[in-house]
Amino acid sequence: MSKVLLVAPILFPLLTGLLALAAWKYRRLQEIIALSGAFIFLLLAGLLFRQVMHHGIIHMQAGDWDAPFGITVVADTFSAVMVLITALMAVGIAVYSLSSMKYDGPARTDAMLSQRRQFAFYPLINIMYMGVCGAFLTGDLFNMYVWFEVMLMSSFILLSMDGKKKQLEGAFKYVTINLVSSAFFLIGIGLLYGITGTLNMADLAVKVSAIENQALVTLIAMFFLVCFGIKAAVFPLFFWLPASYHTPPISIAAIFAAMLTKVGVYSLVRIFSLIFIQDIGYTHTIILWIAAFTMFIGVIGAASHYDMRRILSVHIVSQIGYLILGLAFFTPLALAGVLYYMVHIIMVKGNLFLVAGLVKRIGGTYQIKKTGGLLNHNALLAVLFLISALALAGIPPLSGFWAKFIVLKAGVMEGQYLFVVVALVVSLLTLYSMMKIWNEAFWKKDPGIIHDDKKTPGLFSRQNRYMTLPVLGMTVIILIMGLFPEPFFQVAQTAAEELMDPSYYINTVLGGTTP
Amino acid sequence: MDSLLAILVGGLFAFAIYMILRRCIIKLIIGLSLLAHACNLLIFTIATTVRGKAPLIPEGEKAITNVADPLPQALVLTAIVIGFGVTAFTIVLIRQVYQTVGTSDSNKLTSSDT
Repeated sequence: MSKVLLVAPILFPLLTGLLALAAWKYRRLQEIIALSGAFIFLLLAGLLFRQVMHHGIIHMQAGDWDAPFGITVVADTFSAVMVLITALMAVGIAVYSLSSMKYDGPARTDAMLSQRRQFAFYPLINIMYMGVCGAFLTGDLFNMYVWFEVMLMSSFILLSMDGKKKQLEGAFKYVTINLVSSAFFLIGIGLLYGITGTLNMADLAVKVSAIENQALVTLIAMFFLVCFGIKAAVFPLFFWLPASYHTPPISIAAIFAAMLTKVGVYSLVRIFSLIFIQDIGYTHTIILWIAAFTMFIGVIGAASHYDMRRILSVHIVSQIGYLILGLAFFTPLALAGVLYYMVHIIMVKGNLFLVAGLVKRIGGTYQIKKTGGLLNHNALLAVLFLISALALAGIPPLSGFWAKFIVLKAGVMEGQYLFVVVALVVSLLTLYSMMKIWNEAFWKKDPGIIHDDKKTPGLFSRQNRYMTLPVLGMTVIILIMGLFPEPFFQVAQTAAEELMDPSYYINTVLGGTTP
Repeated sequence: MDSLLAILVGGLFAFAIYMILRRCIIKLIIGLSLLAHACNLLIFTIATTVRGKAPLIPEGEKAITNVADPLPQALVLTAIVIGFGVTAFTIVLIRQVYQTVGTSDSNKLTSSDT
């Protein structure tokens, strides 16, 4: 049973995607397929999570080939949490898209455009979930490369789907840098295979530590750092992100912003806690400095923009810095903080993008200079934005506070005061750019964009209600994460202990009998 | 043979990077596909090259030596297929970019930056 559960989050989105593709001419049917598919996906991910929480790490050998030879599918707490959060986002996006992919912007009756969207959106986004879950659940490096490619290929098309000038240019940059990054990944895999003769991650962890020439191992580690660094958008490899993430339709931008860079972070955490842990003093110091620059540059970059999507996009870079910072401290507490932060940031960042979509609907534009007065016009929307924005900045008692608190506490315990101070300053600057959106879009007087109430449809009008529902749901989750952090933190701690002591993972994959 | 291939891989990487750094987007695509080929050849070279011997274990024996490792060749095969798909997509993409933006100079693709 657990074997089926293990591959279900990978295979089920594929099924949904194929069915949605077959039904591309029938919009209603396609939406029903996508929606029910997303809910079943969430159910399956929840079952997998429950299984992992009850029975510890579960694994499966594809084709019954024993561990170092076949492809391993394995779920520890970290993977299971990531799959669960992906499924949660998938449900949110599926509901949101019912409205947002249909009525996006004024006078969007272009027949070809809507046909393109109908043909591509639901099938591809599900294939992308397959790639994302595959990358989370695989225990084999080359297999991870394949899942990355599955994910990237669908994201390329989703990004350039509408075929507008900006989107094509953004997609062009995104595709180029990602292909270079894939090349780095392949080189790393090739060299690692050359010195160890295996690609199974558990087996690699054993064999890499036995290698005499550790300088070579560190060199290979740098290949992986560059590759996953590009995907995670760390300094100085992040320039593709501000150039592309603000261009696609908002529900695609939201899922990209929430999930895709985090897959890169997940891989970094996995690789640098399982395989490349021989020379922590060297590799993790590099990661530490990268983290500090990433945080700082990201938040400074965000301060210069006045497009809501751009501010949020550049902010992703800054948040990635916090995640990497936790990895660089490399203590059980810090890694628990990384996991808590990851769940928090996926929810909050996704939600902020979804709110941005609503601001565009109600306020008429993403340009915060041009809109205004949304607080008077629609107080509920303002409150929804404020909760997520304050959670992002880390105001207690919201989830961001606990996430930052745990990571920074780990930093203080390690004696890395400089980096703790940088993180706190960045936190303030985050608050600044969130307040910028608040002041311009919500607080300021309406410059005449929003007309009287009868003309602009409200949050629960027929056009917008499916966009409002997931925002409400995710805000509730963010509040729960903030007010009752204890159970979330316990799960994060379990995951961190598994990551810090890889012997459990290694023994389960290599020696354990299949449950 | 191995050292010859190593030099070839190095040359391919150098040429690929040169092409990627060119401003013309068509040359960039050539660079990207060369980069993929260089990676494939690298993995192929790492597996050691032995001529005229199949990696089949004869009956009654447990292991054989002095043959090429077949696993990296399988990896390369997968990577070639993926590379093919990606290249096909990129070619369509740059055609769309050229038609929409009207230039093949990557320095002028700045509308999503500012």
